[in-house]
Amino acid sequence: MPVVMDADRIGRTLARIAHEIVERNKGVDDLALVGVRTRGVPLARRLARSLQEITGHDVPTGALDITLYRDDLMRHAVGPQPQVRRTEIQFSIDSRKILLVDDVLYTGRTTRAALDALIDFGRPKAIQLIVLVDRGHRELPIKADYVGKNLPTSLEESVQVRLLEIDGQDEVVVDGGAA
Amino acid sequence: MTTASEIDKKPAVTALRHKDLLGIADLSAEEIALVLDTAEAMKEVGTRPIKKVPALRGKTVVNLFYEPSTRTRTSFEIAEKRLSADTLNIAIGTSSVVKGETLADTALNLEAMSPDMIVLRHSSSGACHFLSRICQSAIINAGDGMHEHPTQALLDAFTIRERKKQLKGLKVTIIGDLLHSRVLRSNIQLLTKMGAEVWVCGPPTLIPTDIRRFGVQVTSKVDDAIVDADVIMLLRIQLERMEGAYFPSLREYFRVFGMTEERLRLARPEVMIMHPGPMNRGVEIASEVADGPYSVILDQVANGVAVRMAVLYLLAGGAEHEDAA
Repeated sequence: MPVVMDADRIGRTLARIAHEIVERNKGVDDLALVGVRTRGVPLARRLARSLQEITGHDVPTGALDITLYRDDLMRHAVGPQPQVRRTEIQFSIDSRKILLVDDVLYTGRTTRAALDALIDFGRPKAIQLIVLVDRGHRELPIKADYVGKNLPTSLEESVQVRLLEIDGQDEVVVDGGAA
Repeated sequence: MTTASEIDKKPAVTALRHKDLLGIADLSAEEIALVLDTAEAMKEVGTRPIKKVPALRGKTVVNLFYEPSTRTRTSFEIAEKRLSADTLNIAIGTSSVVKGETLADTALNLEAMSPDMIVLRHSSSGACHFLSRICQSAIINAGDGMHEHPTQALLDAFTIRERKKQLKGLKVTIIGDLLHSRVLRSNIQLLTKMGAEVWVCGPPTLIPTDIRRFGVQVTSKVDDAIVDADVIMLLRIQLERMEGAYFPSLREYFRVFGMTEERLRLARPEVMIMHPGPMNRGVEIASEVADGPYSVILDQVANGVAVRMAVLYLLAGGAEHEDAA
């Protein structure tokens, strides 16, 4: 079970992404962070903390649950429903640049669902995508604006992002596939 | 803001075991918690500028109501529309039922048009169980006779949990027509399963003889029932179901059992006053109490939509095990 990112590396990567956000947007004035449940949420909170340290400004941060927008919902005639969790976006997204945060970018279907969900909250000026790991194998025309690590994988492998807030430790591991 | 531990709290179960929601009797405590947790997420959808999610796109839901209903039917319809389901309302007055068609024939004919779910309100206890045996569609009980009204009990539980954080250990007092009430039967099963201490109170003529088997305290002394209550739920005096003389007059009922501000002082300071509606003001509840600061009666109505969205969503995927076979 090879560890491809440890706690230090995850910390440095997020710090770098925070600086990239400030550089690219020339500050944090009309920005807001929205984490995709589950692990995008603590990542968004950490980025908000870094942005506060860098610029002295608070960036509004929310949590988005995309379950009700999944394109595989109701595809199976019989099967348990994925669990729905609460979306919490307590600010207007109208005319803001939204930084959408997720842990792993894979097929792009979660991001597609997240974009649809966000649009139901208003009309943002722009949406930028931040991911900790891009493992490839896109099935939709979606590309991240900020990537923590590009990680070429095979379809048989699985990528697990573990975070302190949820899993008790920070690491990214790759499981399975041919040795 | 939620904490990280809340974000990832894993539910004990992630699906309902049955294809239908016929009554609280069929639900475990874990399944009830799942419905309530899901309803919390659904409630947020109702606060958005666009109150609609695509989850049930392409699903058809038939609302088949054999009894009058304002709240429940409207609530189901709003819930269905917020989930993007296609809905169909059958008003019995203008349907073939007036020509003598039986419930089974009506249901089988509706089912021939392949709906995914049927929401049924019927005056006969057990009508939903009957339909569940002959229909492939998921059946949701919206009230059957004097038997059960599960979504009402779920929305009551949701409303209590919203204020009191948990149901366990609360003293919940239910006062009114215990004999004819399906809301009571669903509520006492749900509340006892979730660990609440349930008291029921009403005129001796309106107390069913076997009520104690549900594990509740029974009394006709209203003060005993109210003292230290965390929640007081009032039930409607169902004049339309009363063929006999159960008590001398409505005025006397109000004098002995009616919820007044004075009586309310016996309860706990943060008591919640609930009523499933429609209310008879001046019979089971005084207007000052119904409109007073402890009343959560309109919260119940608002929460009904979220809870019904949760039930529709959880049943739309089909059953987890048993009925799949």
